[in-house]
Amino acid sequence: MLRVLKYVSLDILKNKIVVVYAVMLALFAWSAFGLEDNTSKGTLTALNLILLTVPLMSVLFSTIYIYNSSEFIELLVSHPVKRSVIWQSLFAGLSISLALAFILGAGIPILIFVSLRSALIMILSGILLSVIFVAIAFLSSVLTRDKARGIGISILLWLYFTLLFDGMILFLFFRFSEYPIENTAVFLTALSPVDLCRILILLHLDVAAMLGYTGAIFKDTFGSFWGLLVSFFLLLLWIFVPYVWSLYKFRKKDL
Amino acid sequence: MIEVKNISKRFGKLQALDSIHLSLHSGTCTALTGPNGCGKTTLIKTILGMVLPDSGNLYFEGENVLSHKTYKRDIGYMPQIGRYPENMSIGQIISMIQGIRNHTSDLDLELYEQFNLKDMLHKKMRTLSGGTTQKVSAVLAFMFQPKVLILDEPTAGLDPIASEILKEKIIQTTKQGKLVLITSHVLSELEGLISHMICMQDGRILMHEEVQVLKQKSGKEMLSQAMVKLLKEITPC
Repeated sequence: MLRVLKYVSLDILKNKIVVVYAVMLALFAWSAFGLEDNTSKGTLTALNLILLTVPLMSVLFSTIYIYNSSEFIELLVSHPVKRSVIWQSLFAGLSISLALAFILGAGIPILIFVSLRSALIMILSGILLSVIFVAIAFLSSVLTRDKARGIGISILLWLYFTLLFDGMILFLFFRFSEYPIENTAVFLTALSPVDLCRILILLHLDVAAMLGYTGAIFKDTFGSFWGLLVSFFLLLLWIFVPYVWSLYKFRKKDL
Repeated sequence: MIEVKNISKRFGKLQALDSIHLSLHSGTCTALTGPNGCGKTTLIKTILGMVLPDSGNLYFEGENVLSHKTYKRDIGYMPQIGRYPENMSIGQIISMIQGIRNHTSDLDLELYEQFNLKDMLHKKMRTLSGGTTQKVSAVLAFMFQPKVLILDEPTAGLDPIASEILKEKIIQTTKQGKLVLITSHVLSELEGLISHMICMQDGRILMHEEVQVLKQKSGKEMLSQAMVKLLKEITPC
């Protein structure tokens, strides 16, 4: 496993895109905190950065990388390397490098400007989001042989999780605002990793006070220690399920 | 050494392998022939675990290996069209495979030297001609001294000199008591190389004979003529 991981990591590093990604994140984050006169505005900008850019970069880069590694995979399969080892190494290589890029690029300014507790939650969410979308990329690229279709699925999933899902929840809120739907809303947010992260982070910022009654319910659910634990567990599930499913498919795939 | 039992594989509507039975022994060199698309490469890829069969079993030295795949340590494979990571150089590919196999001593570097790969180590894989790629594949297949060699169209694309070098190597390897399996369309090329012959059609094995027996049966001296004569007798057309 480590031997294969070494070559995967070297290849990703040689590719340089992840390095540029880290630099871009750093530029964004530093300018977000530097431009705004109060930190909480800067934090919100940084939050949107995490919630939109990080998933997009993770899912697209990983999908294309896996398709481009088809020769590498084929070469290794004809040698005594287990398929699960190949898949694990690719997953670990991509996750580690994307998470590392996030920590180095956005993590450092967040740690400096945001209060420690919120900063830690933000950084942890960013890392988890990176890995979740790598897992989603693995799933969409193993589902189809067609590169264009695989990348298409990845982009659509990103659109769904970051924009569509949010819109749907908002729509539900407006439609059923007369009814007590708070608990349903809490349950529904668990269905999208991006929304889960958004609520987790928002609740630990000062703006949480402005969220109103639903916000209070959210705060009750996600703000407590157990709520935090459950939501991180849910996020881990978002990594685990797509990845294990993709591994199962990959082991049965004809190369 | 290798035993294929009742293996079937279907790609959509196409029955690529139709309950194949096959038994190969060490010290033999077997040719796998047949028209295009008859399932030769699928059979080879099944033996290598790259294609997973729908049903049937595969035994390597008496052990069922469809579930655990350590047996691949003992197989050297030369693909028909070698696909390699494009941005790696020949030297990087070779050292990577050595590293991943964790096998850096006791290597068979004969082909490596005879093909003069040393002067091309820095060349990127995407810049290589088909023949040079084949050379890299051949070197990698023989390098780790495997007990079994599976060569898919080994001489296609090689220049005459390289082709002779490779053939000489194959003969030598068979003499060492290893098992060699070759697919090829060019029957005249296999003359003097092989001891057994398999002919496939539409995912089935039509015949599996020793070359000597084949020649006696048909009364022809040339392998290609013997083959054609026997095939005409078998297939009613």
